[in-house]
Amino acid sequence: MLPLIVCLPFIGVLLVPFASRKLRVRPALTANLTAGLALLLLIPQMPAVYNGAVLIDRHEWIPVLGMSIAFRLDGLSLLFAQLILIIGMLVVFYAHYYLSAAEGGPRLYSYLLLFMGAMLGLVLSENLLLMLLFWELTSLSSFLLIGFRRKEAAARQGARLALLITGGGGFALLAAVVLIGNLAGSYELTDVLGAGDEIKGHALYPLIMVLFLLGAGTKSAQFPFHFWLPHAMAAPTPVSAYLHSATMVKAGIFLLARFFPVLAGTEIWFYSVGTMGLVTLLLGAYFALFQNDLKGLLAYSTISHLGLITLLFGLGTPLGEIAAVFHIINHAVFKASLFMAAGIIDHESGSRDMRKLNGLYKYMPHTAVLAMVAASAMAGVPLLNGFLSKEMFFGETLYLQWLGEASWHWVLPWAATLAGVFAVAYSLRFIHDVFFNGEPKDLPKTPHEPPRWMMVPVEVLVVLCIAVGIFPGWTVKAPLEAAAGAVLQGPLPEFSLAIWHGFNFPLAMSFVALAGGVLLYLVRYRLFAAQDRLPFQLSGKRIAEGLLCLLFDLGRRLDGLLDNRSLVRYMFALLASALAMGAIGYWGERLSGPIPLTPLDLGTLLGGLLLAAGAIATVVEHRNRFTALLMLGLVGLMTSLLFARFSAPDLALTQLLVEIVTVILILLAMYFLPEATPPVSGIGQRTRDTVLGVLAGTGVAALTYAMLTRSADSISAFHLAESKPGGGGTNVVNVILVDFRGFDTLGEITVLGIAAVGILVMLTGLAIKTPKVDWLGRPWSLDRYPTVLAVVSKPLLPIALLVSAFLFLRGHNEPGGGFIAALVAGVALILQYIAQGTRKTQAQFRGNAETLIGAGILVAVLTGLGSWLVGYPFLTTSYTYVTLPVVGKFEIASAMLFDLGVFLGVVGTVLLILTGLGRLTLREENV
Amino acid sequence: MEILISLLVGVMTASGVYLLLRSHTFPVVLGLSMLGYAVNVFLFASGGLTPNSAPLVEHGLSRLPDPLPQALVLTAIVIGFGMIAFLIVLALRALRDLGDDGVDSGDAR
Amino acid sequence: MSHLAVLPVLIPLVAGAVLFLTGGRARGVERVIALAATAALLLVSLLLLVQAADDRVLIYYVGDWPAPYGIALVVDRLSALMLSLAAILGCASLLYAVGGDDRGGRYFYALFQMQLLGINGAFLTGDLFNLFVFFEILLIASYALQLHGGGRERVRAALHLVVLNLVGSSIFLVGIGAIYAATGTLNMADLAMRVAEASPEQAGLLRVGGLLLLVVFALKAALAPLGFWLPPAYSSASAPVAALFAIMTKVGVYAILRVHGLVFGPEAGSVASLVIPLLLPAGLATIAVATLGVLASRDLQRLLAHLVVLSAGTLICALGLGSEAAVSAVLYYALNSTLVGGGLFLLAGLIARERGAVGGRLDEARNLVRPVPLGTLFFLGAVGVAGLPPLAGFVAKLYILQSALGHPAAAWVFGVILGSGLLVVVTLSRAGSAIFWRTGDAPAEGEAAGPLASLSTALLLLGTVALMVGAGPTTAYTRATAAQLADRSGYVTAVMANLGVSPPASQREDP
Repeated sequence: MLPLIVCLPFIGVLLVPFASRKLRVRPALTANLTAGLALLLLIPQMPAVYNGAVLIDRHEWIPVLGMSIAFRLDGLSLLFAQLILIIGMLVVFYAHYYLSAAEGGPRLYSYLLLFMGAMLGLVLSENLLLMLLFWELTSLSSFLLIGFRRKEAAARQGARLALLITGGGGFALLAAVVLIGNLAGSYELTDVLGAGDEIKGHALYPLIMVLFLLGAGTKSAQFPFHFWLPHAMAAPTPVSAYLHSATMVKAGIFLLARFFPVLAGTEIWFYSVGTMGLVTLLLGAYFALFQNDLKGLLAYSTISHLGLITLLFGLGTPLGEIAAVFHIINHAVFKASLFMAAGIIDHESGSRDMRKLNGLYKYMPHTAVLAMVAASAMAGVPLLNGFLSKEMFFGETLYLQWLGEASWHWVLPWAATLAGVFAVAYSLRFIHDVFFNGEPKDLPKTPHEPPRWMMVPVEVLVVLCIAVGIFPGWTVKAPLEAAAGAVLQGPLPEFSLAIWHGFNFPLAMSFVALAGGVLLYLVRYRLFAAQDRLPFQLSGKRIAEGLLCLLFDLGRRLDGLLDNRSLVRYMFALLASALAMGAIGYWGERLSGPIPLTPLDLGTLLGGLLLAAGAIATVVEHRNRFTALLMLGLVGLMTSLLFARFSAPDLALTQLLVEIVTVILILLAMYFLPEATPPVSGIGQRTRDTVLGVLAGTGVAALTYAMLTRSADSISAFHLAESKPGGGGTNVVNVILVDFRGFDTLGEITVLGIAAVGILVMLTGLAIKTPKVDWLGRPWSLDRYPTVLAVVSKPLLPIALLVSAFLFLRGHNEPGGGFIAALVAGVALILQYIAQGTRKTQAQFRGNAETLIGAGILVAVLTGLGSWLVGYPFLTTSYTYVTLPVVGKFEIASAMLFDLGVFLGVVGTVLLILTGLGRLTLREENV
Repeated sequence: MEILISLLVGVMTASGVYLLLRSHTFPVVLGLSMLGYAVNVFLFASGGLTPNSAPLVEHGLSRLPDPLPQALVLTAIVIGFGMIAFLIVLALRALRDLGDDGVDSGDAR
Repeated sequence: MSHLAVLPVLIPLVAGAVLFLTGGRARGVERVIALAATAALLLVSLLLLVQAADDRVLIYYVGDWPAPYGIALVVDRLSALMLSLAAILGCASLLYAVGGDDRGGRYFYALFQMQLLGINGAFLTGDLFNLFVFFEILLIASYALQLHGGGRERVRAALHLVVLNLVGSSIFLVGIGAIYAATGTLNMADLAMRVAEASPEQAGLLRVGGLLLLVVFALKAALAPLGFWLPPAYSSASAPVAALFAIMTKVGVYAILRVHGLVFGPEAGSVASLVIPLLLPAGLATIAVATLGVLASRDLQRLLAHLVVLSAGTLICALGLGSEAAVSAVLYYALNSTLVGGGLFLLAGLIARERGAVGGRLDEARNLVRPVPLGTLFFLGAVGVAGLPPLAGFVAKLYILQSALGHPAAAWVFGVILGSGLLVVVTLSRAGSAIFWRTGDAPAEGEAAGPLASLSTALLLLGTVALMVGAGPTTAYTRATAAQLADRSGYVTAVMANLGVSPPASQREDP
């Protein structure tokens, strides 16, 4: 039942546009039908609730978080649900006449329903996390509604401001709720209401209060967060009437009421909530008087009344809290009607400026009467609902003073009266300035009564004002008692709703307020003048937007400081953090391990020195490209010798061949790069980099040493043992590559393939202005023969291919294998290429390189898949022996088929890259 | 022996790092290759140093080296080759599209 | 025997190789192949997800070599979850590309498949060096994809991307070397055992190795101060590529969760819980930096890229909490942020196309062809990514905050996450109002994207709604996943099940 009630408006959100497009139903009608249905569903529950029943409907949702779909219908939630639905329907009805055909699309009604659903969910939630969810949803829908007139800058700013403030409050509330739920051990309201004492007693209680009030205060526009509300008035008037006076701004108040048993009754509560309310009450009332915009006046008076209610909750007395609930009802009723009236005036006269609007009585008497009654209710004139709750308010302030709990309680009655004075004054201004006080001044259009039906919602509300004002007993007693009971979670004190309590202080205060208000109004112009003379015009909005600008600006600056878009800095950060991690990691460990050092022999030493010299020379000469490249080549060569020296023939071969290919690639690239690298980095940066380099070098050297003097029993013992029996090869490295860890190898040729294809993509459409000659001063890749290379390379190619085939076949047992074979072939091709230039080479290899790569990978994969047929995992190998001349007895292993794939892939890659760059040079020639 | 190898790895790393921090593509490419050598030797050394042998069984060799790091380094070398090749061509592309061979040329800001 | 576990690798690999063969010529054929392969991939991943749901750890011994000697693929709840996530994201991005964004260059589909190959392999493998290989695959593919479409910004970003990640790979190798030297093994389960029993003699090497791996993974996850490469790369990449990239940072997070969680976990003897103390501050710093970036962003794509970093930071920060609940929260958060992040990148593509030349720039007012549907999607995505109710982002954030309760740094976590959340809301509302409200009166310059592109975008963004509705079962799954990850011995015994079993007779054919 309850979930359905909450869901109905959300269904309406989708239904409205659908109905209006497909079924040509007026959006307002659809909206009100859904809302009305929800109200109908609510009615049967009312009697039970008025008899103090609490209906709870719980469904599991996210147990891990303690989040459940749980709704609670008690006096408080029922009261709010009624307000939301009834006023909502009236507003929709009103909006139907208010909005022009251009604006009156289904969008507004969808948003309104979205808000209605969120609000219903908020007040009906039993689960606090669910409540939070709806809480933020109200902020979001209010954002959409304030920004409804998207083309107006004011609307957009107002919407963003509101979202900033209420959204921020929402996050604070989130923290508060998580803490509360944590302390209470549950997020179900029933449990939380029971855990009040633990929470109040806990060390976190003050923090919780701060966060909680941030949430409630922002939503209910309490000082110092009040300033978003006046700017929310950029919304269409129906929206203001609904969200920003009657319902949404009451959400914060609702929160105070809900958590009253949990958080109230402490010094902290009294002072924080009370002060917040008091300041807001006075501030709102004061500023309301000085607004020239009709809606501005209503906005500030709303703030003031919200402050009044907050103050009442802050007092923490049972009667005060009853008065608060009562005033919630009354304010919702008269303020909504006032907004609608203001909307009518705006609508029919084209202006909301009270300096232009005068003497409208004779143009729209009907509206005038309605507005005047509502305004009087706002002022607290007897026989109207506002009067009753205000009386109770005055009574409470006095009661506390007599109690004399705290020294400053004498302030309360005076402050209350003062606020009353201002309330009367601005209400009077709303009445007198607008409907009397001379003639209208240059209005866009001559004012007239609105369409008959547009007034109906106002009439309904005004009638309510009077009915409550005169017969409080049988209009509001039941809901009021039910709600108050739900707030107190206990027995209600005696209170009477009679209009006449005899002559007493509250009555006196009321009359002082009335009289003072009239006086104040009479001298208003002098006040306005004085106000305008004030040196500083404090505007919360300007502050907020200043803050926002500052924020974004600060963000830009800091971001710019951190991220200067320079690879050099990114690189430095990366290397430095790696270094730091290494240092942290090894801190305090002994460097040398148990393994004794092995003696150093001359050959290795010389090779090492050469290597070191080459490395350093590369750095020193790095701007002199050709030398640097040669030095790099030297380092590579020495590395490969080093591998050979320490029993890694395959590595040595691979390193050597890769070295050659790489160097040649770089040579080709150098042909396109500018002649020399200009020195850009200053001495400071160079020293910095040197330092980092030396540190990194030292670190890695130390790590290497630590590693070399330690040992661990490796799994490779298994590889050595199983290489022949299991893998059928005696070259363990090759067996590992194609069998034990063939999966790596597969990935590796894939990397090569992807790189090659990526290069192909990059090269397409790449033409670079280049010098006509290369670094040897001879034109590049023209088909000239008299070079030694050419002579050598002509016969070399077939030989090389033969060698590569040989290396390939023996690879499984002797140093060699797919890679090495492929690289040999590749190198031969490169020599050919360098010698003869591209045209010939390409003529000799018509084959499409990328096809070769694809085929290579596929061959490897299919080999691997072969083992599926015999029911073994991917890449399981098997083999048998054959004997060939020259190569001798060797076995054909499925692994070799795999190796063939590797071969094809690598050859394809090398070919593709070279011919690619070659085409580049060709294009260059043809340019 | 161990000390020498450690120093060599250190020197290669140091020069690699320095080159990596240059602001032009060419030295950066050199630096990456240099760092590549250093890392390969390091990874190779993680299996210890075994002179005068080969990872070949049934060849009458007395103490065999740890073959696993060799296989890993071989893979690493080949992958590194692909990467460097890609980078080189990318550098050319950048030279074309960004106008010069600085690593930070063509900044939007 | 079942080969299901290896399929997430084989399907994209074969598809990619075949697409190499077609040579990027017949676009129609390529689209069909790519779609078929990715659909199959999705199917397989979901099957694995179902299988993993009954807490069985599925092991696949490639080459039939017993662990730790060969390479073993491991499918537990976590792997299955990540695989499915990647497959879903892949499908959507691919649909979008088929919808018209594939004309930027040849071989798009081949590279796309290879990208998926790398990602899946990283999620599947149980071997440290094999993880390196798959990282390289996904990197080289990402370089090429990043360039898809060409243009200055892309080339520039790619240059940085490549150079940094090449250094990253070198660091990775050093880390592997140190760890191998100390343990003599590469299989993660075996590592977990050996590291736990390692002699203090080896502690230094192990710690260095572990921390260097952290640097590498942090580079992938774009943690501060290593994440500056990401915004230019992601914001300049074409929409479907950027969307697919949304999972790449999660690969980094996954690697930390897997490697450091398993090998350097609380039971890891002298190197127990190696990185946990580092993660929280790193995560918080990343969130802060990313928030600044968000505030500073002048166009939508860049804003989104910074949001990706921000989500990565949040994940790492939550991992730093070190509790099982936190891990579960991390997984749920990762699901949501990946789907929404990807969806938003696709949406940004749609928006840019409709706005014409100005693309996603926020300081320019342009009209859109279809403001209402795109606006709705944007609202959905913004709410989802900012962690506002009523979408899954809210639940995710709530989950993380709850798991932070009681942690000494809880106040920091609350403050930073909620504070940056607010700033993100402010920025997103500004961006939204700039794009959809402050449209001016000039007619739209661009043209609307095809139905496929819009559909795929909507699908991803609706993912956050689905995650919200299905939050109950989803959180239950992530919770069980966290429990499974905490049970390291379970993983180890599962992987080492056939330890000592000699290779099958079929391989012994004596001469």
